[in-house]
Amino acid sequence: MPKRRRYLIEMFTAAGLIVAPFILPHLGFAPNTVNRILVWGLFGIGFDILFGYCGLLSFGQSAFFGTGGFVAAYLLTRAGFPNVLLALVIGMIAAAAVSYLVGLVALRRTGIYFAMITVAIAEVFFFVEFNPLSAFTGGENGLPGVPMPSFNLGFATLRFSDGWSLYQFLAVCYFIGIVIALRIVRSPVGAILSAIRDNPLRAQAIGHNIHGYKLAAFVIAAAYAGFAGGLLGVLQAFMPPDAFTFETSGQLVMQTAIGGIGTLFGPLLGAAVWLFLQDFLQSALNLGAAWKLVLGTVFVLLVTFLRRGLIGGLKDLYELVAHPKKPAEPTEAASLSDFSAAAGSDAAAMVPHKRAADRGSGPILQASGLSKQYGGLRANSDINFTVNHGELRGIIGPNGAGKSTFFKMLTCEIPPTSGKILFEGRDITGKSVTDVCQLGLTKSYQVNQLFTELTVRQNLTVAVLADLRGKFRLDLFRDPESIPGLKEQVEQTLQLVRLAGRPDTKVSDLAYGEKRRLEIGLALATSPSLLLLDEPLAGMSPQERQETVKLLKSIGQGRTMIVIDHDMDALFELAERVTVLQEGRVLVEGTPDEIKANPAVQEAYLGGVLE
Amino acid sequence: MRSAASSATIPEIDATQAPRADHCRQRRFAYFHINVIAKGRRFGRHIVMVNWANFVSQVFNGLALGALLALISSGLTIIYGTLGVLNLAHGAMFMLGGYAGYVAYTYTGSFIVAVAAGSLFVALVGILMERIIIRHFYDRPHEDQLLVTFGLGIVFVELARLVFGSQSQIVPAPPLFAGITSLGFMFYPTYRLAVVGIIAVALTVLFVVLYRTRIGMIVRAGIEDSVMVDALGINVYRVFMIVFGIGAMAAGFAGIVNAPVVSLTPGIGDDILVQTFVVVVIGGVGSFPGAVLGGLIAGEIISITSMFNPGYAYVMLFAAMTVVLVVRPYGLLGTKGRE
Repeated sequence: MPKRRRYLIEMFTAAGLIVAPFILPHLGFAPNTVNRILVWGLFGIGFDILFGYCGLLSFGQSAFFGTGGFVAAYLLTRAGFPNVLLALVIGMIAAAAVSYLVGLVALRRTGIYFAMITVAIAEVFFFVEFNPLSAFTGGENGLPGVPMPSFNLGFATLRFSDGWSLYQFLAVCYFIGIVIALRIVRSPVGAILSAIRDNPLRAQAIGHNIHGYKLAAFVIAAAYAGFAGGLLGVLQAFMPPDAFTFETSGQLVMQTAIGGIGTLFGPLLGAAVWLFLQDFLQSALNLGAAWKLVLGTVFVLLVTFLRRGLIGGLKDLYELVAHPKKPAEPTEAASLSDFSAAAGSDAAAMVPHKRAADRGSGPILQASGLSKQYGGLRANSDINFTVNHGELRGIIGPNGAGKSTFFKMLTCEIPPTSGKILFEGRDITGKSVTDVCQLGLTKSYQVNQLFTELTVRQNLTVAVLADLRGKFRLDLFRDPESIPGLKEQVEQTLQLVRLAGRPDTKVSDLAYGEKRRLEIGLALATSPSLLLLDEPLAGMSPQERQETVKLLKSIGQGRTMIVIDHDMDALFELAERVTVLQEGRVLVEGTPDEIKANPAVQEAYLGGVLE
Repeated sequence: MRSAASSATIPEIDATQAPRADHCRQRRFAYFHINVIAKGRRFGRHIVMVNWANFVSQVFNGLALGALLALISSGLTIIYGTLGVLNLAHGAMFMLGGYAGYVAYTYTGSFIVAVAAGSLFVALVGILMERIIIRHFYDRPHEDQLLVTFGLGIVFVELARLVFGSQSQIVPAPPLFAGITSLGFMFYPTYRLAVVGIIAVALTVLFVVLYRTRIGMIVRAGIEDSVMVDALGINVYRVFMIVFGIGAMAAGFAGIVNAPVVSLTPGIGDDILVQTFVVVVIGGVGSFPGAVLGGLIAGEIISITSMFNPGYAYVMLFAAMTVVLVVRPYGLLGTKGRE
């Protein structure tokens, strides 16, 4: 994003918040409704970071909303704490601290398990609030008498009371909340969260500690919830016990989905729709309790037909009007033209930089006695395998020879049943795939594992971030552009895999051959000292294969690579030495010419050659 | 000591004998302390004296609640296992079964007709829901499926509220099981004992259908690998529809069987849904035996903790779930691979 447009969203938000009190009353919004919308909107910002950006759907946000709210309200009422803002911040910290502990349990699982566990945990909070802690929380009566904020500026005291006066305070809170959230989603952490949402396995494999980032998103969401909970108490001058109910979590989820997931502003819009319709249906149409039925039906229809919510729908509409022509279907020809366009690029420029010191001669990888047993099936047995620095090794073998299993063990995706793997002299057996990638060993997958909702550039950026920042770092407010070398490394990788022509295309719009190259690019972008390629040529046309072989040759300069493929001509052209696997064992190893002439290999592939 | 114990057990018996009592009677039930707290929030710090008779009665209560949870969870888990959809409207299905049975009972006065009507109506709702809405969500992310079933659950609950109002409704126990039974050292409501038997029969039927019939074999194969079942030339969509119907029916059946024990309110399924989640997490998602085992464990934990302090029942349930998640992340009887 260009610098001058950088703060456009922030400016529009500020303008919107300033003009809202002058416009909304004419549309039938009561000040109290607008204030509640802001509180729900703020609550939802955190939830949207968790769900929209990180893909974790929690039905238990009420736990943190209530925790923050009750801690703040308790301090302000029973403990006689004088400073409203400080109490809100303490409530927020309490919610975040509690969520850290909850996250340790809930994040053990993902998907629907995570949703179920968060529901259960939130229910526990509800009961704890009502019974064991009712002496502090007032039980079913809640905590009445929460004061309004006031600030002593020395020369004057700012007091916020009901209605539009309190709106000013809430609007400032919301504005700060959205500014922080925008910083977070634009930070390296934000990029990684999106990658985790799209493909957690790959995010892990390129060297990110995804558990740490998920926990961070969970705590951030809880901090927003806690602060918003405190504001609810201030707004109503009373902390209601139903902040802890499942309905609270449910309403948040529904409002966010109605407004638009992954937009940050979706929850605000959703809350506006929800609360306005609630008032409207109840008072204007006299529907009484049926308002919830109407809203529930609206929600089901929205989820079914407008999956990205109102904001997503508006965006699509805008796209339709602004760019009525659909982008051309990706073709093989387009994919091939990238090669000629980028032919002159300096491929050797990108070498594994930070590990340059320990490069040398001798073995980079030694596997000894490696076996993998799946029940009664022996996928790999007793493989001894050594690759030297700078080598380009090929692995061939018939289907079912155990090639992919072997690769998975080398990258520590699966643990070997027995045996040992040394990488650069270090024992990596039993390490995690993330740690091994951080050490400089990664692979490209046989079946594309990309971040499909992100652009080509974003994909590579996420991979490069793992290389430059290590497996976990909470630089929530950092501008990615300020990370030295990031841009260069992404550009180099783009050049190297011939995707410099369309860096801002979404992955789902790429041609197959381009996706294959991006797959290699993702592995390459982590600047590995040992790169494994699992069938990089699979599914390509003959012409694409030729070009890709050239590409692999240029990538191979200055690094060590092991390539699995079924295309023997390509592999013999590429590799210096070739290892043949058959039925989980090493059949033979040698130069391409030796392999071609070997009768055992011919037998393995052709079922025996009669002289 | 003696008076405290009787105050905890005797009123339950009254309630079963006098089914037309006002809805305040709920609070007397040791059986469903949890729901009472959630809905009425009238429960203060209610600590029941611990003695032998009380303990045994709570164990029975736990068994009844556990059997109920086992049946509902089985429905949830076979739907999830086969279709890959977690039905957040499952609690609403439980509620609908109760109300459908209540309507049938009002017109016929027969409990058996009520049970049949309750289960069949919910099976029909399940089939329609699958055909009209869920079918379009198989290719969409899990999160979308959660959202739409959650929304449908709200629609069902609010529809029931619109039609029947928020006042609680009562279906009396059938005459055969009315009254109390003497167990020698204590009295216990007969219908509560019958619930355990009725649910055991229902679980057995479900077991036979799943493990001894052709359709059951296809369903279990679908739980293992629905793509493969499709490839074998079996119309998986038809299987999905049937499974959704059966799963919903299990909840609906439980809903009407439970109606004489706890009076019906539109929100009755909400707490059940949460308890069902815990059951499924403990037992292992997609595992029928896991649901039964998890249900019994959860039922006993809730009941026995309630005897000491109902406020901690959920905390204990949650603690058990945490222990299971730490020790066996895929549930007691679950297998890796289902996420």
